[in-house]
Amino acid sequence: MHMMKADVMVDIHARNNHIAEHVHEHLAEHKIFAVNIMGAPGAGKTTTLENLLKHLDVPGYVIEGDIESDIDTERLRKQNIAATQINTFGACHLDAPLVHNAIHALPFDKPGILFIENVGNLVCPAEFSIGEDIKLLQVSVTDGSDKPYKYPLAFEKADIIVLNKIDLLPYVDFDEEFFMKGIRHLNKTAPVFKVSGKTGEGFAEAAAWLKQRAGF
Amino acid sequence: MHEYPVTVQIVEIASETARQKRGKVRRIDLVVGEDSGFIGESIQMYFDVVAEGTLCEGAKLVIEGVKPQLRCDSCGKLFERKRFSFQCPFCDGDGSPTEIGKEFYVKSVELEVEDEPAADTGPAT
Repeated sequence: MHMMKADVMVDIHARNNHIAEHVHEHLAEHKIFAVNIMGAPGAGKTTTLENLLKHLDVPGYVIEGDIESDIDTERLRKQNIAATQINTFGACHLDAPLVHNAIHALPFDKPGILFIENVGNLVCPAEFSIGEDIKLLQVSVTDGSDKPYKYPLAFEKADIIVLNKIDLLPYVDFDEEFFMKGIRHLNKTAPVFKVSGKTGEGFAEAAAWLKQRAGF
Repeated sequence: MHEYPVTVQIVEIASETARQKRGKVRRIDLVVGEDSGFIGESIQMYFDVVAEGTLCEGAKLVIEGVKPQLRCDSCGKLFERKRFSFQCPFCDGDGSPTEIGKEFYVKSVELEVEDEPAADTGPAT
């Protein structure tokens, strides 16, 4: 019996990332562009994807991630949107194995855009790749303008940022300059679209950007 | 809850190395950046439970933390961020995020290995 030391140098996310690559390849074969929607509970993730789908004249697919319930999936199915539900039963984010199991529940019969709505959480979803092409960060003016400073990773990793509930700007203390300054320190390139789920304002512009990015 | 599945991954990675070397894990050296999103204390808490019944049972988990650093856009120096600020302490320029502080990997393991494996155990894989 003797002791020996072995160098390992293996990333803890290696297995997740391997499955994420597999998911991405599967989606690419079907010409599906995948958007990972991250944001705090109540920021308006489902409302945003509904509004984006209205403005995108390409087929849309949705995977809903929630700890429990299929409220959002039912809401989308009533609008004839192909949607499937992942329940994590406690886990605070989606990971690649969960998404891998869910993608086979969607038809992907036509090229289109897949929205994967992550569990409502501004922290953990940013840490896990799930095979997406881009990450959409959903924030709202009621979340507060200090969020880039408090949750930097989500802002750093975002490819597009959607600021919701701008119809409430007159009623809340949201310092837009402070908010934008924090974002630009962390992320020099992601566009920020100001929208209102209440009035529908701003989604056409965000959808146009998305359509171009997806190559449709 | 958040650290449980990653602790399972850590035990699997270390156990795989032990299988390859035909040994048992006595110590795992893990590197966890403070911006990795994972808390060392929490991984430590789950570790003994997850390791039970595996090749890592009874092993010591040693966690090395890494402080996040920004790189100044103007002078290029690395520095630690102050709360609500990205300002460089050397030149007052603005700093951008780097990969320093986002580390999350198993660096090495210490194994207890049999001196002379029996002849009928087949070739090492």
